[in-house]
Amino acid sequence: MNYWPLLGVAVVVAGFALKRNPVLVVTIAGVVSALAAHMGIGDLLVLLGRSFIDNRALLLLAMTLPVVGLLERFGLRERAREWIAGFRNLTLTRFLVAYLGLRQLLSMLGLFDLAGHAQTVRPLVAPMSEAAASRTAGELDEDERERVAALAAATDNVGRFFGEDVFLAFGAVLLIQGFYAQHGIALDPLSIALWALPTAIAAFVIHALRIAAFERRLQRKARDMRQAKERADAAA
Amino acid sequence: MLRLEVIYWLLGAFLVFAAALNLRERRFAAAGFWAILACPFLFGDAITAALAAGSRWPAQAMGVGVLALGVLAPFISALVHGRENQKAAGLGRTSGVTSALVLDRESQKAAILGRTFKRELASSDSLARRFGNRLFGPALLIPLVTLLLALGGPHLHWNDAALLDAKQATLVALGVACVIAFAAALRVTRAGVGVGLGEGRRLLDAMGWAALLPMLLATLGSVFAATGVGDAIAALVGDVIPVDSALACLLAFALGMVVFTTIMGNAFAAFPVMMAGIGLPLLVQRHGAAPAVLGSLGMLTGYCGTLLTPMAANFNIVPVALLELRDQYAVIRAQWPTALVLLAVNVLLMMLLVWR
Repeated sequence: MNYWPLLGVAVVVAGFALKRNPVLVVTIAGVVSALAAHMGIGDLLVLLGRSFIDNRALLLLAMTLPVVGLLERFGLRERAREWIAGFRNLTLTRFLVAYLGLRQLLSMLGLFDLAGHAQTVRPLVAPMSEAAASRTAGELDEDERERVAALAAATDNVGRFFGEDVFLAFGAVLLIQGFYAQHGIALDPLSIALWALPTAIAAFVIHALRIAAFERRLQRKARDMRQAKERADAAA
Repeated sequence: MLRLEVIYWLLGAFLVFAAALNLRERRFAAAGFWAILACPFLFGDAITAALAAGSRWPAQAMGVGVLALGVLAPFISALVHGRENQKAAGLGRTSGVTSALVLDRESQKAAILGRTFKRELASSDSLARRFGNRLFGPALLIPLVTLLLALGGPHLHWNDAALLDAKQATLVALGVACVIAFAAALRVTRAGVGVGLGEGRRLLDAMGWAALLPMLLATLGSVFAATGVGDAIAALVGDVIPVDSALACLLAFALGMVVFTTIMGNAFAAFPVMMAGIGLPLLVQRHGAAPAVLGSLGMLTGYCGTLLTPMAANFNIVPVALLELRDQYAVIRAQWPTALVLLAVNVLLMMLLVWR
């Protein structure tokens, strides 16, 4: 067994730890790994070029950018904020937990590309979350605003990941079935997909509790600051 | 039949447009970056066909292009760039209100002038009031049209030929939905095509190299597989664990899924390796674990690792660029506690369920 290609993994870990440019790190890691496996330059270039083309579907999301960019220039994010601010009883927790549940359900139906960071989080969910958070916790500072936006993105990830595996025709289910089939174990995709349900429910509960805890911390901080200000005013 | 290739050509044309604007503004690194990235979309099928016919040089040239992207990336730093854009947007906001009509007339010039035109635009806030909820329409068209075409597309026929390529119906549907939504957005805002593409290019520049990372990481996955990295890791893990203990094997399997997913950024890549190394020979064949449960929960354990790693760029790094956050790991910071608690729950579920 040739263990030297593992050097490529070491390059990745070191590069990310040192916060070097990820694109450069990944490129170097591929070259190191290939050289350590005694792959010729010609073969390496073919491998790089071919796999790059094979994986180009991953950039299809850039097709949404002109739509989102144009609508944002004309005030989509501001409009999304205003719309959410108009709801009297909406809190960050209610809004994000509802989105989490919806995202999971849609993913379970195989509609995982319906929402996403480019399609929904940047234009709609992140500004709406900010509006909902500032309804209950007052004006957000830049730090808090970024943490709310990051939480919105994280919620999208959790909802997508732990819904999609319940969908029958999803790649993961087919990959599992295919792996076992290759090794002589025949399984029904449904029997695999159903075992993803307990984790899906656990993911919903855990993340929903964390969203609620996050909003409580925001509120407590806002209240403490208000009280401190009142005391200072009273002293003056 | 509408093939995915046509969608790719459109995307390639958009990337060339972004490259041309950057070239005009003398930002040569960004111009080169987007121009090279346009190649797999414009020439991808030709290169693949040439390779199948035995001609290797086009694929090798693409390989050189990949290396060139790696060298150019540090010069178009994504996050710093995002800051610049925010500042420009801020300038636009303070400059007061101009009528939307001016915007229309300015549209052709604006697309060409790029950076400078933002100052002349009306503020987004006042525009938001003017256009109101109509702005939501085109944004919602993307998911709705994708949904309709993905579900109904395979049944659409024109003179006995399928309208959409059935094998890639969802991706074609997404592409078509974006084109339709773009047309709707132009109609609602009455902006010119140049302004629309220019705004798309603004977002693309704001994302910078982060836009490329998912493609590049998938490429790295192929390189790792071809050079035997997965086999080496499975062999190492197999050497270390006490194989007689069912629990030790299960923990090693779960931990291996998480660690390997964290390194590769993809649970799909980790799964065959850990199953071939530990799951199948030790857990299923030796200790009698239920294959369906082990497969399903094993994969989901890997997903917990996906939430933890910058290698899963399209989920953890791309949104940082899209939301223009200062902390590169902001999204990972927001989700790691969920991932770790869920990992513990998952391991417990496996212990309870695989040996029912």
